[in-house]
Order: sequence, then C-alpha cells, then structure tokens
Amino acid sequence: MPAINVSKALDQGHVQDQASRAFDLAEAPLRELNQALHNLTPGSNQTAWEVLNPKGSHSVAVGVDQPITIDVRGSVGYYCGGMNDGSTITVHGSAGPGVGENMMSGSIIVKGDASQYAGATGRGGLLVIEGNASSRCGISMKGIDIVVHGNIGHMSAFMAQSGNLVVLGDAGDALGDSIYEARLFVRGKVGSLGADCIAKEMRPEHLELLQGLLDRAGVTGVKAAEFKRYGSARTLYNFNIDNADAY
Amino acid sequence: MTYRNPPTTPRKPATFDDYTLSEIRRAAATGIYDIRGGGAKRKLPHFDDLLVLGASISRYPLEGYRERCDTGVVLGSRHAKKPIELKIPITIAGMSFGSLSGPAKEALGRGATLSGTSTTTGDGGMTEEERGHSKTLVYQYLPSRYGMNPRDLRRADAIEVVVGQGAKPGGGGMLLGQKISDRVAEMRTLPKGIDQRSASRHPDWTGPDDLEIKILELREITDWEKPIYVKVGGARPYYDTALAVKSGADVVVIDGMQGGTAATQEVFIENVGQPTLACIRPAVQALQDLGMHRKVQLIISGGIRNGADVAKALALGVDAVSIGTAALVALGDNDPRWEADYNELGTTAGAYDDWHEGRDPAGITTQDPELMKRLDPIAAGRRLANYLKVMTLEAQTIARACGKNSLHNLEPEDLVALTIEAAAMAGVPLAGTNWIPGKNGF
Repeated sequence: MPAINVSKALDQGHVQDQASRAFDLAEAPLRELNQALHNLTPGSNQTAWEVLNPKGSHSVAVGVDQPITIDVRGSVGYYCGGMNDGSTITVHGSAGPGVGENMMSGSIIVKGDASQYAGATGRGGLLVIEGNASSRCGISMKGIDIVVHGNIGHMSAFMAQSGNLVVLGDAGDALGDSIYEARLFVRGKVGSLGADCIAKEMRPEHLELLQGLLDRAGVTGVKAAEFKRYGSARTLYNFNIDNADAY
Repeated sequence: MTYRNPPTTPRKPATFDDYTLSEIRRAAATGIYDIRGGGAKRKLPHFDDLLVLGASISRYPLEGYRERCDTGVVLGSRHAKKPIELKIPITIAGMSFGSLSGPAKEALGRGATLSGTSTTTGDGGMTEEERGHSKTLVYQYLPSRYGMNPRDLRRADAIEVVVGQGAKPGGGGMLLGQKISDRVAEMRTLPKGIDQRSASRHPDWTGPDDLEIKILELREITDWEKPIYVKVGGARPYYDTALAVKSGADVVVIDGMQGGTAATQEVFIENVGQPTLACIRPAVQALQDLGMHRKVQLIISGGIRNGADVAKALALGVDAVSIGTAALVALGDNDPRWEADYNELGTTAGAYDDWHEGRDPAGITTQDPELMKRLDPIAAGRRLANYLKVMTLEAQTIARACGKNSLHNLEPEDLVALTIEAAAMAGVPLAGTNWIPGKNGF
C-alpha cells in the first residue's frame, strides 16, 4: 500500500488512483464506503483500500466479496468485516463486538484487542487477533480458523461446529461448551471446560495443522507442541436422559 | 333382605385425564419429555370468539360480486429501497428445509408464486427448490445460522431476523438424528445423524441495542435494498414490538402460541407464550404509541385458518397474516388418505405431529426419499394456491359486507366478541354491549 496523502483525501472525502483508494469516514459516510466496496467486480484494478478515521464506526467493510486488501487505520465498532468473502482486512487498532462474524473466506487481522463474539458463526477464512479477545470468541463457529495471540474470555467456542480456534494465552471459563467438531488449541491455562468439551491427544496431524495455522497467522517463536488440544467428547450428540446433568 | 348401594358411574378426574395419564406413563417409561411438532393443541381464545358486524343502515355494504375490494399490501416501506409488494395479505411462514422435504419447499414456492405472495426459508438455509420457485422469498436470519451466507442474503427479497417462534418463545429446537440426511448435514455444517440442538438466542447480540447494530450490518451488506423483518414469539408483544421498531425493523412479525414449530417439547408448546388473539392489540398499540402504525408493517401468525381469521386480524390492525400449519395441510399434511399409515405410527390423520421423526406418511416433513415421492410439488402447489385464493375471497366477502373497498379498511369497530376473554384480549366490545373489558389497559 503506497503512502496516502491524507490532506488530499480530506479535501475530496476520498482519493483514488489506479490501484489504491482511501476513504475518510470523517468526511464520507459509511454507506458510501460499503457501496463502493460492493460495486467492485471481479478483475477490478482497485485492489487496495484504506479506511481513515473509523473512530469506532460499526459495520465497516461488511459483505465484501472481492479479493482486495483493506487497511483500517484506527479502531472499529461492531461487526467490522462481517460476512467477509475473500478480502484481506487489517484493523490497525482494536475491534468491537462481532468482528468477522459469519466470515466466509479471506482474512481479517486485528492489530489490537477484540471485543465479544469475534468470528461468531464464521464459516471460513482466517481471523487473527494480535491482542486479546473477550468472551464468546468463536461462538457457534462453522469452519473459520481463529488465532488469538493473547487471551480469550468465557464461553468461547460455545456450540462450535467446525473450524479451529488457536489461543496463545489463556482461555476463560466454559471453553467449548456443547462443542461439535471444532478443534480448540490453547497454549495457556483454561478456566474451565464446558459441557462435553474434553482435553484430547495431540497427534502428529494436529501438530502439523496447528503449525500451519501459526505460520499463516504470523506467529513466531512459538511451537505447536506447547499447546493442548480440546474437543468434543461426543457424549451429548444424541440426547440421553442419563446425561441431562451435563447441561 | 339386604340393601346394596347403587353403583356410581366411574369418573375420571378432570385434572388427570386420559392424555395426562398417558403422558405420565410415557415419561416414566422413557425418561424424556415428549418432543413434537406443531403448535398448541389446547383450546385457546381465538378468532372464532369474534364476530364481524356486517353493514345495514348505519354502514353501507358493497356488492359482493361486483364492487372492488383491494387485497394488496406493501411490506418494508420504512427504510428499504425495494419494499415487497404482495397481491394478498397472506404470506407463507418460515419452515425449514430439513424439517420439510425439498419437494414440499418447492410446492410452497409454487403455490405462493401463483398467488402473488411470499415464502420464507427457515432454519436450514436457502435451497434452490425454494429460490427457484418463489418469486418473493424472505430469508430468515436465525440464532443457529445454519446455512447462513451473504450470497443467499443478496438473493433474498427480504430478511427476517428471527428472535423467537410462537410455539416456543425463548426456546431452541431439537431435530432428531434420523432426519439429518447427507444434504441436511452439509447445509448445517454438522455431523450426519446427530440430534440437532438449535440455539435459543443469537450468538452475537444480546439485547435491543445490539439488535439495532445487527440490523444496520444487514442493511449495509445488502445496500439498504431489502426489507428487514423482526419476528418474535408472542409473549410480551407491546414491548417486543416497540423494541423491534426502535431497532429499525421495517416489519414486525408476531407469532402467537398457536403457531407451529418443527420440534420442541410438548410442555413448552402448550404452556409458554400468549394466544395469537391476545398479541395483536398490544402490538398495534405499541405501533400507534410510537406513531408507526402502517409505517412499520405488522404481520401476525399462529393458527390462521380461513378468510374470516384474515379479516378479523386485519380489522384488529395488522397489515398481513402468515400461515404455516394451514399451508402444510393444503399441501396434503395429515390427509385422511394416509390413515392406515398414520395408524401404524400410533396416531390418526389430523393428530400426527411427530414431524421430527422423519416418517411423515404424507411425504412433507421428511427426508426419506421414498416418502418424499408421495408429494407431487406441482399438484401440491396448485392446492396451496387454491386455498390462498379461497381465503382471500372469503376475507373480501366479509370486508365488502362491512362496506370496505380494501381489506385494510377493516377496523376494530367492525368486530364484537362472544366471550369476555376475547373482548378483553381483542379490545372490542362484548356482543350486545358497549363494554370492552380492560379498555384502559391491557
């Protein structure tokens, strides 16, 4: 991404050249940004975007479905990158609740911290949070990969169906409650495990998978062998009255 | 000579009736509560407890077969760039692929399209059968988010954020493993054969302030084109309607406790929520208090059966009604021609409600390929269209008798109630009086 002349951007609300385009949310409304992103068609040469002054705006760059890069210069509110399908979004700040919710593909990198339900119901792609994530991280995940450099809060991966959650720090209480087939890798302490979530053996294929995720997430100096794996005991897959106390 | 007391006739207790006794025995034997489909079966105050006042001298009727009575309705005119225009104020409620077979979804689409109205997806995501055959399709955004994706969001004509259902406000679902075919499992990203426990709450919002932001996100993703409905189970209709309006809904859908579901606990279906009739006036009152009546449209569902129900609901202030169970019956659900099969399942036509078990003799609520063949989607779609046409004609007939040239001109003054309960719930006078119980509150 070439350096942007911010004062010029401010003059026009946004500037554009062949490859890059900047939107200043202090000047142009959110609707204009998202509409411009949705108007992109396959093969567009506007592949690099920059969002200035997000100042906690909600729904920044939601529903993008082209393979472009978007650099958000500052912190965002709810649902940044929601339902992202193929773009690479970097938040140079912290993210509010629901960053990358229901992501389909592509990647989102949050340089700071993330609030609740990061990556909720995500179906694909990679969500990287370089700081900490709050409660319900990866809740109901359905295929997304999430890598958190720091800690995650309670009820994370609740009802997680598929995908991988990697936590370099600690996890809060009730991790993986009612989990289906998602895989959870935690390097630090786990407050407590939720219903039907158990520690599992780290086999070679898991080490390989985890190492690949760490590499993709730009994690260095940390080995896959330092993590423990958690997943479903599968005892609650079919309802049995004798298991009712587990709920 | 000995005197013998005359024998008394054996009397079973009203509290412990035969059904209750059988439920206790079943629970004791199996150790699990009964799960079933459908809505409340107990008798509840309903539209039958209201009567319509035809015109005479004080009001002037229209000619039944000569004068026009409009039926069209526009939904989503508050914010959406592309509101939905329907020819009739009767829509098809959300029923999921997975719960219903593919041909059944196709039949719903065919019938609705022939009738100029919409269908709604359900908990299993959008299928090609349904999108392909539904001119107007409402895409449900559900707590489980099974099959949710932005591509289908954009292919929809409206989005319905489902907060709850009338059969189970606050409850999730339970779809038994035998119904989870390869296709259903793939659409829902779950292992084949497991019991699906649907979520009871949206994973990424926790209250009305979050909902408002969630709706903003959905609008941004769809470029503010699609109407956003918010559907709630009928429990606290005044406050839920007010908060849905506050959150930015274009349309509020209230599903009363007669509304059906694919599978949940019998005790939940029969004991949680409020009757459909009781939900309408508080919801309308909320819209009126906010100055949003007719600006945010109101859809009511839960046990709507005929044109009289439609006319009465519209008279109470709703903009449209929605049907689920009745649409399934129109397709062929619980049809007596399958009586022998129903008997084999230990039930009878009209009472079959174990839809989650996947053995539906009518081939509608099943994923069994052999049973599915029993439903011809073209013929079933035609039956649904016929039924919708009849309902509309019936409602028009009643409206004309009240002197209305549009179904939407019906008003509470066109109604009286047969019972004190219905009078209080509907906010109309008890027949023969000018008494509206609880008029100054509800």
